[in-house]
Amino acid sequence: MSAFDHVTAARANDRPTSIDYITRIFGDSFFELHGDRRFADDKAVIGGIAELNGKPVTVIGLEKGRNLKERMSRNFGSAHPEGYRKALRLMKQAEKFHRPVICFVDTSGAYCGIGAEERGQGQAIAENLMEMMTLKTPILSIFIGEGGSGGALALAVADEVWMLENAIYSVISPEGCASILWKDSSKTAEASECLKLTAQDLFKLGVIERIIREPKDIESKLFDGLKNLIAETFAKKAALSPERLIELRYNRFRKY
Amino acid sequence: MPDIFNFLKPKNELENQGGFVENHPYIPEELWVKCPVCKAAMLSSDLMDNHKVCLKCNYHFRIAARQRIEMTIDEGTFTEMDAEMTSANKIDFPDYEKKLKSAKLSSGENESVLTGVGCINGEKTVIAVMNSQFMMGSMGTVTGEKITRAFEYATDKRLPVIIFTVSGGARMQEGILSLMQMAKTSGAVKRHSDAGLLYITVLTDPTTGGVTASFAMEGDIILSEPRALIGFAGPRVIEQTIRQKLPKDFQSAEFLLEKGFIDAVVERRNMKDTLARLIRLHPDTMQKKEVAADERV
Repeated sequence: MSAFDHVTAARANDRPTSIDYITRIFGDSFFELHGDRRFADDKAVIGGIAELNGKPVTVIGLEKGRNLKERMSRNFGSAHPEGYRKALRLMKQAEKFHRPVICFVDTSGAYCGIGAEERGQGQAIAENLMEMMTLKTPILSIFIGEGGSGGALALAVADEVWMLENAIYSVISPEGCASILWKDSSKTAEASECLKLTAQDLFKLGVIERIIREPKDIESKLFDGLKNLIAETFAKKAALSPERLIELRYNRFRKY
Repeated sequence: MPDIFNFLKPKNELENQGGFVENHPYIPEELWVKCPVCKAAMLSSDLMDNHKVCLKCNYHFRIAARQRIEMTIDEGTFTEMDAEMTSANKIDFPDYEKKLKSAKLSSGENESVLTGVGCINGEKTVIAVMNSQFMMGSMGTVTGEKITRAFEYATDKRLPVIIFTVSGGARMQEGILSLMQMAKTSGAVKRHSDAGLLYITVLTDPTTGGVTASFAMEGDIILSEPRALIGFAGPRVIEQTIRQKLPKDFQSAEFLLEKGFIDAVVERRNMKDTLARLIRLHPDTMQKKEVAADERV
């Protein structure tokens, strides 16, 4: 597969979204929590508490929506500042109650609009980066589709970052890159290669810890395997003191 | 005999030399300079005396990092850190070496940020100044590394940090490694902050993208120069997304002040005194406590 094939797969409309992962991994135990307590409830971010093998976890996901109606209401997974603030509120809550945080990342990027700027999109992302860096509870981020720049990073200052085989993670969209480089936004295939945005490339660069294979029968096999892997990882992280955990997290990003 | 209408000439001459490129005013050593905003012509020396602020309309010209240091840091007190550090093409991005080379030539600097230690009216501080002449102040690995080191040094020596930002955002040519700088710098800011130390950011025109979404917005106190463009997304990207024209002063420093995202808009001529005053208002009480404890023993 070329880099651009991965981009196409990551963006495919029939790809499972955060809601699918939450439903299949946590089942009925997921209790959704709404709002940032500042301005509004951003539907591009879904979050709540769930049980993983009987233990409470905080779950946060960037949600694109599974059909056109949902996609419209969830702004195609592009969060406003209130979405990032909601995510941070839930992370702080997780820290207070000593439960780990799992983030599902799937966004083309933080929303670029008037309201987003007026309410401090940059400040909201910046605050997440800073606060996540010293959050005294384990954080795991899984890229399930698109990982668009700062809007994805705001949920990915984690102890481990995993990517689905066909997920992508990039500083700029291939279209944006092509239009800057060659003044031609249609040269997305070439730009996709240049950006090193596939899971394979990012693993080689040391940006992610694990690639999750996508079985042909994605429905049956993926979620059970992932559930066990998440539980194992959290069990290992639970053995670390909070101080050691955040020291390792600092070093994880310090090396770049 | 001097031609008294000489002041009319530089306009064409400057344009022919590519002096005034769109949105990127560049001040050559010519006698006369034209303000890119109000078009007023003024003596270059008068402009310099006025801190490179238009005498007529108060437009704050973009200035090079070294000049900013001269304006801000007490003479003879500045020591630069990591001056020789330069970027490498880690992801084999097409033409990145060429871009770096021309950025070095045009700016006379090795990277898009300059860091060091110095005094402001006698107050010792770590300072980082970004440079718009180096790839539009974009954040590469070395930019992030120098800023991170500056914070780590300041945390170790218990010093405040002042950063003058100017940036188009992440550096595309370094791909994901550029994005990682946002997390890396934010981690260093957080450690400095948790140590009870002061961090002031001064946003200058323009501050956007990954820099806005990381250390630019993480200051204890956030100042800005008048009329600076500050945002996450650039105005053109927003206009393309929403298919509307943006209001005239959208994303200006004054707009952000009104929306509650910056503490104060400070004129360039008052910046140095303002910074010194703010540093003085933040004595390192933690250090004093330690000293006091030692004295008791």
